[in-house]
Amino acid sequence: MDIFLNLLSWVLLSAGGVFVLIGGIGALRMPNLYTRMHAASVTDTMGAVLVLTGVMVQAGLTLATIKLGAILIFLLITSPTASYALASAALLAGIKPDAGQAADRTRGS
Amino acid sequence: MTVLFGIFLLTLLVITAVAIVQTRNLFVAVMLLGIFSLLIALNFFILDAADVALTEAAVGAGISTVLFLGALALTSERERLGTQHRWLSLVVVTSATLVVLYATFDKPLFGDPGAPVHQHVAPWYLEKTPEYIDIPNVVTAVLGSFRGYDTLGEVFVVFTAGIGVMFLLSAHSGGANRRKQEASGIGLREHLIPRVVGRLLVPFILLFGLYVQFHGDYGPGGGFQAGALIAAAFILYALVEGEERTLAALPQSWLNALMVSGALLYGGVGLAGIVLGSSFLDYSVLSADPIAGQHLGIILIEAGVGMTVTGVLLSIFHAFAARDQA
Amino acid sequence: MELLGLYHYWVFAVLLMIGFYAVVAKVNLVKKLIGVSLFQAAVFLLYITMSKVTGGTAPILQEGMVDPVFSNPLPQVLILTAIVVGISTTALGLGIVVRIKEEYGTIEEHEIQEIDRR
Repeated sequence: MDIFLNLLSWVLLSAGGVFVLIGGIGALRMPNLYTRMHAASVTDTMGAVLVLTGVMVQAGLTLATIKLGAILIFLLITSPTASYALASAALLAGIKPDAGQAADRTRGS
Repeated sequence: MTVLFGIFLLTLLVITAVAIVQTRNLFVAVMLLGIFSLLIALNFFILDAADVALTEAAVGAGISTVLFLGALALTSERERLGTQHRWLSLVVVTSATLVVLYATFDKPLFGDPGAPVHQHVAPWYLEKTPEYIDIPNVVTAVLGSFRGYDTLGEVFVVFTAGIGVMFLLSAHSGGANRRKQEASGIGLREHLIPRVVGRLLVPFILLFGLYVQFHGDYGPGGGFQAGALIAAAFILYALVEGEERTLAALPQSWLNALMVSGALLYGGVGLAGIVLGSSFLDYSVLSADPIAGQHLGIILIEAGVGMTVTGVLLSIFHAFAARDQA
Repeated sequence: MELLGLYHYWVFAVLLMIGFYAVVAKVNLVKKLIGVSLFQAAVFLLYITMSKVTGGTAPILQEGMVDPVFSNPLPQVLILTAIVVGISTTALGLGIVVRIKEEYGTIEEHEIQEIDRR
């Protein structure tokens, strides 16, 4: 039972790490602001859920698990709101959600 | 593994600091300063300083960013000319760095239990806290009781900064324009999602602030962190709903009362020690049992600290936010 | 472990001087205040580095601990006070910068000195 829980938390934590890495690479490589935010939001959702669930499995049935669950709920509520605020501020500032060369190709055809 | 993690975090700190100084866009610099504060709070946590990490995250990454952004909204957002005396400054700074780096070789080894700083005073505090004060968090015991006089000075410093900022920024220039600005949708009232989520979160942040305030005895927490968190809840409400509605919810007169009564409460507890026959800020005489007196004294002064910090931080925010844009 | 300790002190020295450079060499007043914040953060890092004891935990007494090793609580108390005092001075400094902007119309230092000279 113990080894099963440890294995589960290892898998969850590594998967969370992989998603954070994907989000980081995406935030660097994407062409414009909106696609970068979309990539970074992978970190806030999948990365956070998997990492915090992995740590909750490690903590077992203690008070710490409930606190971690509260942190997870808080993160899941606030980070999409922050992305929305950032995107609407960018739209107000005049940055257009232009897809770059892909849009030019479809416009031409 | 923790060695690698520590080295990684410290390198990130240096990179962030260089980026802060190099960028000409002040908005970017303030955002990077927030990231810098969070990284250094992580570092504090790895170095076993949980209270300090909580304070740095709440005050440095939260409140400081808001104050800088408020000041940036009233001044300019870009640096116009970059640097003066660049080569002379670089020479002076490099030679000073080399001197300090040379001095670091004489420092005590990292984590050495025999270092001079860990002798005499600190073991006495760690040993005598269960005997005199009997609360689990030694940092709160030292802050509130053994070194209570220093914390009294700190509360008065915060109070002075509050009234200083209010003196500087309270004479409104052009109050009539402000009235027109309020009517034109200040805050985020037309954006539904931040408004709903912000209003949903405010009571939970307040609850968490109260939790941190009263759990300072048993874990990381205390008056300063709680004051910053409660001020952050009201600042969130002000950002979402507009500053006028926040002033309707918690008027400036109440904030003044909070500031003053927090400092008075702290001083009053100290004077109560004199009145009851012992010395200033001696909590043992506040109750029949000296340890219960210490508990009562620490709860009262932490409440005083929390009240003053909340009042001051909110007053400073309102002073910046209400200032008419030049 | 010794490399890590020395690295902490070196990072302190570098951050200290980066903050100092921002105060001395930058012309914009808000940038100078940001430099002061960096300088203070470096000093906090130094004190908390010195408070760490190898194999220690946070200085919170818990029941059932057998011969525990704690990190030093005293620098943590000092830095707690220092952080709050730092934010107070930053707030006051920002208030002064806002007033300077309103009176002089600029927050670049050499332009302010020139206006003063006239």
